[in-house]
Amino acid sequence: MSKEMSPIVKNVACVLAIPIIIFGLYIILHGHLTPGGGFPGGAIMASLVALFLIAFGTGWAKKINKGILSWGESIGLALFGLLAFLGLGTSFFNNFLANSNSLFGMSIPFGPNQGFLWTGGTIPLMNIAVGLEVFAALSIIIPIMFSSDESSKEGKK
Amino acid sequence: MIFEFLQAALLLGIVAAGFLAVKSEDLLKAVIFLAAMSLLLTSQFYLFQAPDVAIAEAAVGVGLSTAIFVITIKKTERWENGKKN
Repeated sequence: MSKEMSPIVKNVACVLAIPIIIFGLYIILHGHLTPGGGFPGGAIMASLVALFLIAFGTGWAKKINKGILSWGESIGLALFGLLAFLGLGTSFFNNFLANSNSLFGMSIPFGPNQGFLWTGGTIPLMNIAVGLEVFAALSIIIPIMFSSDESSKEGKK
Repeated sequence: MIFEFLQAALLLGIVAAGFLAVKSEDLLKAVIFLAAMSLLLTSQFYLFQAPDVAIAEAAVGVGLSTAIFVITIKKTERWENGKKN
């Protein structure tokens, strides 16, 4: 259980780490233009944690700093709620940043366009918050489940 | 026409993978069949023009739930009904 897998699996996991992170960030950041968003991107990045746990065993699971991940989860949730409440001048979840030429506030030209990233107002920021929260939460759940009580297997027999 | 054949083949593959996942006594094999079923379901979602659902299904169904099931099998036992133990 606690032993590592073969060097082939470990090397492939290390090679796949950067593409999985880049793809998850792409899914999160392009959430308002293409299919995807915060939840699928965070789940894709959390699947890297699951891959590393299966490849490297419980020794690697103990190295994960659960305090930082818990903080990330809280910050993501707080950021989402804060962005929702900041639009309260007109209504809850009001998109106050759209067409304001500030953060993610480019106004979209009329007609067909190629999908400009710097648009959407608060929607990309909320996607980033949800992605951070989902990544942190799933990265806490899986190591806790992985490094739970080892005696449960012996107790069953 | 070819679109309907592709969808029928994918649906048959989903049913076959689900049947094999239920019937196999090796639970690790069942998890892999479940992941294959999820992958076919992802392409079916994509063909029905729901790419958002397809991405969520690919991330959760193929990636995370397979990993969680593999961890669970490692924690408990691999064979159904305690066979070949």
